[in-house]
Amino acid sequence: MATQPTLGEVLQSQGVSRRAFMKFCSATASLMALPAGMGAAMAETLASAKRPSVIWLSFQECTGCTEALTRSHAPTIEGLIFDFVSLDYHHTLQAASGDAAEHAREQAQHDHAGEYLVLVDGSIPLMEHCSTIAGISNVQMLKEACADAAAVINIGTCSAYGGLPMAKPNPTNAVAVGDIITDKPIVNIPGCPPMPLAITGVIAHYLTMGGMPELDHLGRPQAFFGENIHDRCYRRPFYDRGQFAETFDDEGARKGWCLYKLGCKAPTTYNACAHLKWNNGVSFPIQSGHGCLGCSEPNFWDALAVYDSPAKGQFGDGAKLGAATVAGAALGAGAAVLARRKKTRIAEEEESAS
Amino acid sequence: MTLLEFARGPAIHASLIILVAGSMIRLVGVLALTRGADLSRPRDVFGNFKGYRTVFSRAWPSDEFTIVTRYQTAMAYVFHIATLLVVVAIVPHIEFITSLTGLSWPGLPNWIGVALGTIALVSLIALIMRRLSKPEVYNSTVGDYVTWIIVALPLITGLMAFAHVGLRYETMLALHILSSALLFAYFPFSKLMHAFWFLFSRAQSGVAYAHKGVRI
Ligand code: SF4
Repeated sequence: MATQPTLGEVLQSQGVSRRAFMKFCSATASLMALPAGMGAAMAETLASAKRPSVIWLSFQECTGCTEALTRSHAPTIEGLIFDFVSLDYHHTLQAASGDAAEHAREQAQHDHAGEYLVLVDGSIPLMEHCSTIAGISNVQMLKEACADAAAVINIGTCSAYGGLPMAKPNPTNAVAVGDIITDKPIVNIPGCPPMPLAITGVIAHYLTMGGMPELDHLGRPQAFFGENIHDRCYRRPFYDRGQFAETFDDEGARKGWCLYKLGCKAPTTYNACAHLKWNNGVSFPIQSGHGCLGCSEPNFWDALAVYDSPAKGQFGDGAKLGAATVAGAALGAGAAVLARRKKTRIAEEEESAS
Repeated sequence: MTLLEFARGPAIHASLIILVAGSMIRLVGVLALTRGADLSRPRDVFGNFKGYRTVFSRAWPSDEFTIVTRYQTAMAYVFHIATLLVVVAIVPHIEFITSLTGLSWPGLPNWIGVALGTIALVSLIALIMRRLSKPEVYNSTVGDYVTWIIVALPLITGLMAFAHVGLRYETMLALHILSSALLFAYFPFSKLMHAFWFLFSRAQSGVAYAHKGVRI
């Protein structure tokens, strides 16, 4: 490959000022709870870092993750994620197509063996014919691409946990990347879509610290997924006071009361939406009046219906309870009849004996 | 399947089936039994009426016993009323009942729910303290202590989940639902059936005593 420019050179050529870059670095460093002073060190390292080769694989996905990223804060620095990396393969964004595109991927795998990052959005169907690229099944392409990768970053809930394609009845037998790739470091950045800053943050961390950030039990970076949305929600006082919106157009909804009863899943959801917010810090779903869907949690689609609050049970078939009542009553009546018979028999025996 | 999915799915479902089927078996099984024929003339013509009246009149101990029993009677009232209110009047419980029955009603503010739950727990502890300090009065069995624990667990986990303290909310919620499931499944086969039996047993004793002319 031709000598690559450093990240600093690329950003400079894009017209990103040093001040904006420093601001981004210190914000990212503090967000990721890196030690004080890391912002400057991060800026230093990032500026001189060679951009890592990235192969971005898109499997069973909706392109929402890429959309979220490319349309995020443009033209702010988070939107320049693609300048952080040398994006050698990405269906949606690359100019090449057909054989040339696949060739670029193979070339990157070959040239940067052991060093490149694989970013994946979309789940992988185990029914391999359900999704293929250039005649190669998703399973096969994932295995090939990951074979010499330094690490894998799952962008979005589908690649992290299976997401929507894996929702019941899971017609393609979809699985997450971690179900197939077990011998590489994997970072999950779930969300439907994930927060762009979480993606850039992880990559910036990788470039400056040479490794992946601290992860939680679901493989998510603690820095972005360590906090409960409900704990950070500005509607929390209404929750505590018991003031809930009952419908989407009642007085409570207009007054911005808590959306718990309308199915807000934030009490069981971990993500940075409530404090980082979306669209350059403009808003996030709860602020716009809709409860949290819990999209950064595994199995969120099947866990509870969208408008059911976290306290609701899942009873399968409620009629079973009715059947249990009738069956219990019948058994009880049966037991009573037997006891009565026994009583009568004993009385008769006593009578005949006397 | 996560712990929470297991708790609010199969676990709570199975425990409710055991609760209703078990309660029906015991209620119908006992109530459908015959009583022995009454061969004596009642001492009191209003005996039956007075007997049934004891269901209410003995909701507080008779004067002779008021002083010695007032501690546990008062505590028991506090416990039962606070628990009942928590069970039917806090929003997450109403949501749960709605998902089961379709019925709903306005709930209490969460901070009152926390206060009531705390009161219920404190009174439950007060009751076990008395039981422990007066073994000769209670003649407790192992079952009594097991029952106390099974009743205390949903209260403790519920309070913690509701107040968002302790483990992560989804774990606390799962533990709360699981401990409630244990309570439901245990209920029909334990002294907790007094929730139903108190009506019948009190009436039965009242009728029997009234029949014999005891002042009730
Ligand atoms: S709207 Fe959702 S996150 Fe906010 S307080 Fe209510 S339940 Fe919690």
